[in-house]
This record gives sequence, C-alpha cells and structure tokens, in this order.
Amino acid sequence: MNPGLYNYWVVVILMMTGFYTLITRGNLIKKLIGLTVFQVSVFMLYITMGKVDGGTAPILTEGVEVYSNPLPHVLILTAIVVGVATLAVGLALVIRIHEAYGTVEDDEIQRLNEDTP
Amino acid sequence: MTEHLPVLQVILPLLSAPLCVVIRHRGAIRLLTLAVSWVSLAISGTLLAHVHQHGPISYELGGWAPPWGIEYRVDALNAYILLIVNMIAAIVLPYAPKSLAREVPRHKQHLFMATFMLCLSGLLGIAITGDIFNIFVFLEISSLSSYVLISMGQGRRALTAAYQYLIMGTIGGTFFLIGIGLLYMMTGTLNIADMASRIDEVMATRTVMAAFAFLTVGVCIKLALFPLHAWLPNAYTFAPSMITAFLAATATKVSFYLLLRILFTVFGLHYAFSTMHIGRVLLPIALLAIFIASTVAIYQTNVKRLLAYSSLAQVGYMVLGLSLAHVTDGAGLTAAILHLFNHALMKGGLFLALGCVFFSIGSVHLKDMRGIGRTMPWTMAAFVIGGLNLIGVPFTCGFISKWYLLLAALEVDALWLAALILISSLLAAIYIWKVIEVAYFQEPDDPTRREAPLGMLLPVWIMMLASIVFGFYTRLPLGAAQRAAEFLLGGPA
Repeated sequence: MNPGLYNYWVVVILMMTGFYTLITRGNLIKKLIGLTVFQVSVFMLYITMGKVDGGTAPILTEGVEVYSNPLPHVLILTAIVVGVATLAVGLALVIRIHEAYGTVEDDEIQRLNEDTP
Repeated sequence: MTEHLPVLQVILPLLSAPLCVVIRHRGAIRLLTLAVSWVSLAISGTLLAHVHQHGPISYELGGWAPPWGIEYRVDALNAYILLIVNMIAAIVLPYAPKSLAREVPRHKQHLFMATFMLCLSGLLGIAITGDIFNIFVFLEISSLSSYVLISMGQGRRALTAAYQYLIMGTIGGTFFLIGIGLLYMMTGTLNIADMASRIDEVMATRTVMAAFAFLTVGVCIKLALFPLHAWLPNAYTFAPSMITAFLAATATKVSFYLLLRILFTVFGLHYAFSTMHIGRVLLPIALLAIFIASTVAIYQTNVKRLLAYSSLAQVGYMVLGLSLAHVTDGAGLTAAILHLFNHALMKGGLFLALGCVFFSIGSVHLKDMRGIGRTMPWTMAAFVIGGLNLIGVPFTCGFISKWYLLLAALEVDALWLAALILISSLLAAIYIWKVIEVAYFQEPDDPTRREAPLGMLLPVWIMMLASIVFGFYTRLPLGAAQRAAEFLLGGPA
C-alpha cells in the first residue's frame, strides 16, 4: 500500500497545532508543550523522508535488495536529544520563574514586571 | 600537529567545560579558561594566515572522507569569523572574575564558566564546520548555553528574558532543521560543498524554495533581524554584563556568518538574488531595522537596553551591505563583513564599559549615572570612544565600515540610500549624546564613588584602542574582509 503524502499531511497538521499553541497560550508550560509538538512534527518529517517503499532496516541479509535510508533516522536521534535538552532547560526556567513570581501566566508576569521596573 | 588545528578549535573549549565542573576551584578555572581562550586565539590566527597563503583547509573528522564523514572546512570567510569570536573571548575572560564576583553567586561560578566555554565552542563550531547538520547541532549547543547564561543575570526579569529567548531561539533552530531536511530530501547530502554542487539540478523545485525560506527565516530569528528581534533587548538588558558583551560581540556575528554561508555557498548568489530576490526583501527590512531601532534607542532610560536597541540597528547596517551584494562588485559585501568585525569591537567594548559602571554604582539607569564622567573618568572616556565609533566619526573603525557602506550605495547611484545612512548616524549621535550629557554635564550624586578595578578597565581599553587603531590602520581587517567577500562572490579564497 502506498500511503502517498499522508505522513506529510500529519507533519503539517502537527506542526501548525504546535505553533498555534505556542503563539496563543499565555501559560508558560502550555507554551512549552506547543513547542515540543512543533519539534516532534519535524522528527516525523525526517523519519518519513528516510523510508523507502518496500525497504527494510539497513542490515545486510540474504534475499533483501531494498533498504530504507538510515541517515535521516540517525540525524533525528540527535535532534530528539536537542529537543529533550531544550524542554529540560525550558521547564527549569519555568520552575525558577514560578519561584520568583508565584505564577506561570504570561499576562500576570508582565503586570508584575511593569510594577517593578 | 598543525594539520589537526581545525578540530582543536572546537575540542579545546568543549573539553574545558566539564573540567571546569570537576575542578571547582575558582583560581584554577580562571587560569584554565584563560589558557584555553588564548591558545584558541593563537590557533585561529595561524589558520587565517594559512588560508590567506595556501587556500582553504579541509579537515576530515575521524579520517572519514567527505561527503560521508563530517568535514571541517576553513576558508577566507570563516577563518575571519573564528578570529573575531576567539579574540572577543580572549578579551572578555580576563574581565570575568571581578565582574562575576559582583553579579553571580560564588557557588555557581564554576558552572557559569563551564556553560560559557560550551557557548564558545558552539559558536566556533558553527563557524568552522562544513556539514550543515553539524551546524544545527552547534547552533543548539551555543543557544542552549546562552539561555542558561542569560538566566544567571540579576533579578527575576533575567529569567523571563531567558525564557523568551528560549522560545524564539528554538523556533529559529527548528525552522533551520526543517530547511536542512528539505535540502537533504532534494540533494541527498549534508556536506555544504557537495550540496552546492548538486543543488543546481533541483533548483527549480518548490521544495528547494521552501528550504530557502525556512533556512533564511530561521537564521534571521537568531540574527535578531527586525521584525524577528523581540527576544534581544530583554536578553541583553538582563544578562550578566560580561555575557551581554560576549553575546553582543559574537552571537549575532556568527548568525550573520551563517546567513552569508547559506545565501552564497549553499544556494549561490544567482539563485538567492536573481531568482528569489532576497536583496529586494532585505533592503527595506534593513532600513526599517536601522531607523526604528535607533529611534527606540533614543527613548530608553536603561543604558544597557539603549545599547541593545543600537545593536539591532547595527545588524541592520550589516544586512544593508548584504542586500547590495548583487548590484555592487563586492563593495556592499565588504562593508557588511568589515562592519561585523568593527561592531564586535565597539559594542563588546561598550557593554564591558557598562559592566564597569554596574560594578561601581550597581545600576545602569541614566538617573543613577549622573556625573560619573567625573568619578569614573577612565570608564566613561572608553564609553565616549565607543559611542564615537557607533556614530561613525572619522578616525574610528566605525567610520571605515560606514564609509564602505556609503561607497556601495553610491556605486549603485542610490543617493537616497546614502542620505538615509548619514541621517541614521545622526540618530546614533542623539542616543550617545543622551548618555554623555548625563555623565559629564550633571553633578555627581556621590562624589566618593571609585573607578572600576584595573582588571576590568584593561579589557575595555584594549577593545577601544583597537577600534581606534583599526580606524587608522585599516589594511588588516579590510584586507581580510575583502578576501572573504571575493571568496563568497566566487573568487579565489
């Protein structure tokens, strides 16, 4: 079965969902969730492009001629690590912000910032 | 030994980072980081001299030949960028101990220095590598460490500034990643030189166009080009002084290098400027950046924020030079690359001088800086020199790059553009004058305040003297900038 562009549509929908969440939500944690969904969609883009129709894992076996391209999969392992690190730093910052401001809502933080220049 | 110099550029600071965490002793860390940054500087000087004499250096990481292995490629452009980044690090590090003692808690200083070295190795890595995915990895190393460094600033607003930068920076980084993916789809390679040779066949496809857009916008977020600059003023204002100086002098410069690399080496002058008309897009944006940021800078009362807006305007000048690349025969590009060096010197020096002010009076607000021209004569004299550089007064290096920008504008017979460049310099004069007026022509609040210690003044003055020396003796930076511009436009390295 040829999935056609199905995967790419999913990538685009995920990407825009994440991006929309990132832009519209005022809660710092929800923003990070949006950011993560946004990044995950790119992981899927890479994994999809490495897949070759009818190909198997790239391990030398008799009787197998077609292999999927392993390179994008390896690349995305690196990007996943980067994504996890970003999320960790982001959450650590949110914890510190919560300690300092007592809230994780963007508008309340803005108001507190304006009160104390 | 010498053939391994390219990889040592990245390895030395990268290894010193975990060492800082293990050692913990502040004196030993100070020695280690100083030694690493100076050795690094010596290496990048050697590399630049080698490239100018013998042409580009290609280093195969782990002995794997490109395009399969990762290649470090040093040419006339990135050897120059490496030298700038290393030079700034080598000047900022001696400044660090005193400044950190005032701004960062003692028990966090070893971690702070480790993060700083990571940031340095990330920036050097972006510049030196010839593999586009490797660029992404180094980009994230430097970005993640700069989020942490900014969050170490005083007051809680440093935290929100770092968070804002994290969100914007990650969007930029992810856009860059999407662009790389699309290019890999079409060319099947990650090596930049290999990619450039294969991209011609697939140039007309929409995928390459999308990749072009994603890469350019992603880098412009990192570059803080108007209107994607929202993260920069807060990040610069609330970061520790030495970090503001370091990032202002290096991070945006490396991003600008990345933009040049993508536009000229990957896509090529013809595609970027004749097919995609990037010049026509960037020219108005650059002018808007210069005028809006300079005008906003005039209304700031926090001098650090004032200089941050001025940095946005200076990014505008660099992009303005870049946008003229296709119509002028190298003049626009030379001006942009030269301004990259000069701005690193002047803005690094200015932020370091502000660090001295903060050290002595504990604030960088205009209302607290009354009369400090008298109580801190050396610091403020350096500030004035930096300000003259920003305005572009003759006999400073700021003048030289503005001059070349004017020449580029006149070369295309754009008198209106030349006039706009001159008018924008007046805006710079206004915001610098605001600070000078407060510092020199008002009575000091507290005449007993003392000058900053010599260990902090010396780095400031090295930067400022260099900016004057390069205003007279232009051969060195100008020659290197011209070589880099010729290289980008397809000449010999």
